[in-house]
Amino acid sequence: MYTQSLIEPDDTAKSSQRESVSALLTPEQHAVQMAAQVKFDAVIDADGKIEPKDWMPDAYRKTLVRQISQHAHSEIVGMLPEGNWISRAPSLKRKAILIAKVQDEAGHGLYLYSAAETLGTSREQMLDALHAGKAKYSSIFNYPTLNWADVGVIGWLVDGAAIMNQIPLCRCSYGPYARAMIRVCKEESFHQRQGYEALLTMMRGTPAQQEMVQDAVNRWWWKCLAMFGPPDSDSPNSIQGMRWGIKRISNDDLRQKFVDATVPQANILGVTLPDPDLKWNAERGHHDYGRIDWNEFWATVNGNGPCNKERLATRVKAHQDGQWVRDAAMAYAQKKNAAQLAHREAA
Amino acid sequence: MSQENQIMKDWPLWEVFVRSKQGIEHKHCGSLHAADAQQAIRMARDVYTRRQEGVSIWVIASAAITASDPEDKDTLFEPAKDKVYRHPSFFVIPDEVGHM
Repeated sequence: MYTQSLIEPDDTAKSSQRESVSALLTPEQHAVQMAAQVKFDAVIDADGKIEPKDWMPDAYRKTLVRQISQHAHSEIVGMLPEGNWISRAPSLKRKAILIAKVQDEAGHGLYLYSAAETLGTSREQMLDALHAGKAKYSSIFNYPTLNWADVGVIGWLVDGAAIMNQIPLCRCSYGPYARAMIRVCKEESFHQRQGYEALLTMMRGTPAQQEMVQDAVNRWWWKCLAMFGPPDSDSPNSIQGMRWGIKRISNDDLRQKFVDATVPQANILGVTLPDPDLKWNAERGHHDYGRIDWNEFWATVNGNGPCNKERLATRVKAHQDGQWVRDAAMAYAQKKNAAQLAHREAA
Repeated sequence: MSQENQIMKDWPLWEVFVRSKQGIEHKHCGSLHAADAQQAIRMARDVYTRRQEGVSIWVIASAAITASDPEDKDTLFEPAKDKVYRHPSFFVIPDEVGHM
């Protein structure tokens, strides 16, 4: 449940330090770096993999740290809108399913934090950036989940859009990220199917239940389309991402794929996608769709969505409330180690 | 001292290896932070085997692993390069011998 296109810079200081660092290199060091760059480019050109200890350009490393940590944050914050519904799930079965799904999201966050850590950033640095409001996460989680159908729609559409985004990331040039994504993608299909099935159940229910589903679809559809990120004409970072084998398919192409895949699913479900311009274009062999409100998207990215403050506050509180558990576990481990050491010395 | 304080504050990193079923070797599947080895195993259970992916887990402190340097890759592995006779396909055997 994330968008690969969220490669917006975090609100940390922009780095102009790269030039200053190269300026400090001696000619010999410069030559070594150039040779390493040639080797790196050759691996990328051959569609090979870069592993943690391999030489990589600073900008590649920075881009990956930013993207993978934003991705991890998205998984973690993504637990909140749905976690909200665990205590109010309509049956024990739905509750167990929802708990499993939310637990998966936590797992996905952990796989990704670990992948980012291989690039030399620490877990603490990443969490600090998130909690200080400096790091971005997917904007989709800054919208509220108002009724039970929202949980189904998040599975069907939000996770559906995420799968479209994440499958190409399994072929990412950075090994640990690609491996984490393979694991994530294996689990994500359950998320989408459980959501769609929950909605099917509601659509076979009362008119009031059907209205809830339609209402949820109306509220989430456009936000899901925006998850794929700005139009290609407005995504200057995409070209470098493609060059590095981090990004494989453009924002607009993924969005089109998502629309084409979703239309028949909506028909079977019996809901209307809220776009009067949505129609099959035989000439293109794709569905045409209406204009996305990018002003709203950017307002939410920049902190002014309906739930930005609430999500961050909940996340920070959870972290702070867990501090004593982390401290206690550490103290216990150290006490045990010390006892073991003393025992060995005595022996 | 500052390093010790750091250790006291943050859970160290562990590498996780999972045996997917009896008879298969343990395979590296990722890493996680935990206060000690026992906790690392319990957490690995939740992070890496939620769908019965494993019957056995190994954890090892990441700091305890010694790895070869990618820069040495060529010199380290070069000696095997010219020893193609270590492969069975190096030896040409008449067809009438059949499978060998």
